[in-house]
Amino acid sequence: MKPIRVLVGFIMLAATLAGSPAVSAEESGLRLVPAPAHRLDMESLQRGARNFANYCLNCHSAQYMRYNRLMDLGISEQEIRDNLMFSTDKIGSTMIATVPKADAAAWFGTAPPDLSVEARVRGKDWLYSYLIGFYRDEKTVTGWNNLVFNNVSMPHVLWERSGVQTLVETEYEDEEKAEAAVIAAKGLALAERINDHKYMVKTLAQDQPGTMSTVEYRAFVADLVNYLDYIGEPVRNKRINIGMGVLIYLGILLIFAYALKRAYWKDVH
Amino acid sequence: MQKILNWIDDRFPLTALWKSQISEYYAPKNFNFWYFMGSLALVVLVMQILTGIFLTMSYKPDATKAFESVEYIMRDVAGGWFIRYAHSTGASAFFIVIYLHMFRALLYGSYRRPRELLWIVGCFIYLALMAEAFFGYLLPWGQMSYWGAQVIVNLFSTVPVIGDDLGTWIRGDYTISDVTLNRFFAFHVIAVPLVLLILVAVHVMALHEVGSNNPDGIEIKDKKDPVTGHPLDGIPFHPYYTVKDLVGVVVFLIFFSIVVFFWPDGGGYFLEANNFIPANPLQTPEHIAPVWYFTPYYAMLRAVPSMMNSQFWGVLVMGAAVVMLFFLPWLDRGKVKSIRYRGSLYKGWLAAFVISFLILGYLGVVPVTVWGQFGEKVPLLATADKATVIARVLTVVYFLFFILMPWYTVRDKTKPVPERVTA
Repeated sequence: MKPIRVLVGFIMLAATLAGSPAVSAEESGLRLVPAPAHRLDMESLQRGARNFANYCLNCHSAQYMRYNRLMDLGISEQEIRDNLMFSTDKIGSTMIATVPKADAAAWFGTAPPDLSVEARVRGKDWLYSYLIGFYRDEKTVTGWNNLVFNNVSMPHVLWERSGVQTLVETEYEDEEKAEAAVIAAKGLALAERINDHKYMVKTLAQDQPGTMSTVEYRAFVADLVNYLDYIGEPVRNKRINIGMGVLIYLGILLIFAYALKRAYWKDVH
Repeated sequence: MQKILNWIDDRFPLTALWKSQISEYYAPKNFNFWYFMGSLALVVLVMQILTGIFLTMSYKPDATKAFESVEYIMRDVAGGWFIRYAHSTGASAFFIVIYLHMFRALLYGSYRRPRELLWIVGCFIYLALMAEAFFGYLLPWGQMSYWGAQVIVNLFSTVPVIGDDLGTWIRGDYTISDVTLNRFFAFHVIAVPLVLLILVAVHVMALHEVGSNNPDGIEIKDKKDPVTGHPLDGIPFHPYYTVKDLVGVVVFLIFFSIVVFFWPDGGGYFLEANNFIPANPLQTPEHIAPVWYFTPYYAMLRAVPSMMNSQFWGVLVMGAAVVMLFFLPWLDRGKVKSIRYRGSLYKGWLAAFVISFLILGYLGVVPVTVWGQFGEKVPLLATADKATVIARVLTVVYFLFFILMPWYTVRDKTKPVPERVTA
C-alpha cells in the first residue's frame, strides 16, 4: 500500500472521529431550530441592529462593538446617532448598557452577560431557539422559563410581541418513541429521561397571541440573531472576500511553482 | 558584488556555509510526499514568530485586560484579525505538520543509526512545542484557557510529597491568576521560543551532518561517484529541493488559507467556543478538554484509575507515553529501516499504534460517558464507561508498540533491500 493512501485513510478516520460532535445539543435531548439568518442580508442586519439597540441594550452591553462600526452595515453616521445611540454621544464608543451592571445584577440575581461574542459561544441556532423558547411558568421568580435554558434569570422581555407560550409535556415509554416525537415536533423540542421506562418530551404551544404573528415574531428574532452573529465577528464578510482573492492568487502561484519544479527536475532520473 | 562577497568571506564563511548546507548538500533524489513536512515545519515556525511579534504589540498580559485586548486585536487593530487567526491556526498547523513529520520517521526508520541524535533532538523539539502551546493557550484568558491551565498545572500537584508546593511554584499563586498569566506570557514569547530556535538549529545541523534518510531507508553515501565524490543517488538541495519544497509550501498555504479565511475556529477544535467566555475562576465549565493536539495523552491520563488515593499514576503514564519516543532508536532492531522492506509484523503494529493514537485523541475531546456504559450483566466490566475501558485497551496498545518492538522487529520477515534508491 502506498504511504499516501495510508495518509488518506488516516485523514478519513480522523475526520470521522472529529466530525462526530463533542458535546452536542442533541445528546442532551434538545432539538434546536436553525436560525434563518444570513450574513449577507444587510437589511436584516440593519433591522437587527435596531432591535438590539431598542430591546437588548438596556441591560446587555456589547462592550467590544463600536457604534461607528455599524457603518459596515450601510447605516450612515447620522442614522446611527439619531436612532441607535441612547447612552453616549461619541460615535466611536462601544455599546455600553444603559442600566449599570451592578444594578442589573441586583435586580436579576445575575449580571446580564455582555453580548459581543455571545454568538461565538452559543452559535446562532442556539440564540434563535432561546429567543423563541420562552414560556409561562408561575414557579419561577420572573414568571417565565425557557426550554433552551432552564430557569434562566432573564425575563421574557419581548413577550408583548411574541404573545404567551405554554409548556406541553408528553410522556413516552421508551427512548426511541421519545426521539421520534422530538423529530415529529418539527420545532423546538426537548426530550428528558425520567427513568428507564419514562421519557418526557417538552414542546411549546401558543396560548395568547402577541402584537406580532408567530411568523413576524420569528422574523424579528432572526434579524436580531443575525445581528448578534455579526457583532461576534464584524470582519467576517471582509475576511471571506479577502480569502477568495488569496486562494485565487495561491492557485496561480501554484501553477508557476509547479512549472518551475518541473523545469529544474527535467534531468533527474 | 563578487568583491563584497570576497570581503565577507575573508571574515565569515558565508560562501562555505551556503555550499555545505544548501547548494552542495546532497539529498536523496527519491523524497516523496512525507518529506515536505520538515520544510513546512520551518515555514510554520517562521510564521508563528512573525505573527507572534505583531500580536505582542497589541496584546496585554494582564488578567483584567487580556481577553479584551484579544477582541481589540480582532476588531480595532488593522489586519489584527488576520494576524490572530494566522497565529491560532498556525498552532494547530504546527502540530499537524510535526505529527506527520514524526510519522514519516516511523515509516522509513529515520530515527535509526546514524540518526539517533537527530531523532532525540526532534523529540526535544516536540516537547518544547508542547510547552509553547500550553503557555500560549492561557494568554487569550478565556474559560478554556483558564481551566485548561488549571487542570495541567494540577497534574504537577499530584507528584507525591512536593506536589502542592510544586503547583504553587509553577503558578506563582494558589490558583491560576494574573501572576501566572504574566509568567506564562514570558515563557511563551521569549523563553520557550529561544529554546525552540536553538533546538531547530541543532536539528538541522545534525541532519546535514548525517544526511537525510529516504523512503528506501538506505544510505546514499555508500554509493559515491568515483570522480566527483558526490552520492550517485543524491542531488544538491538547492536548487532541486528548494523549488520542490516551494510547491509544497504553496499547497500548504492553500490549505492554511482555507482555514484562516473560511473556517478559523476549525469546527471548535482550533478555537473553542467556550474560550469566547472570559476566564471566570468561580465558575468551572461543565466539560474541560484540552486542545486537540494534547488529547491522546489526556485520554491516557483519564484512563488510568486512581490508586492509593493518588492520580499520580495517570500523570506517570502520560509522561511515559512521550518519554517512550526517545528510546525508539534502540528499541527497533529490524534488519531494514523502511516500511517498504519490513514484514507484516511491523506494519501491523504501526497501524495499531496510529489507530490507537487517533482514537485516544478523539476520546480525549469527549466526556467519558460518550459511548455509554456496559450493561449490568457484563462480567468484570459491569456499568463501567465503555469509553474508559477502550481508552485503557488503547493505552496498552500504544505502549506495547514500543515495549514489544525489540522482539517483533527481529522476528519480522523482511524483504531484501535494493542497492540503489528506487523511485
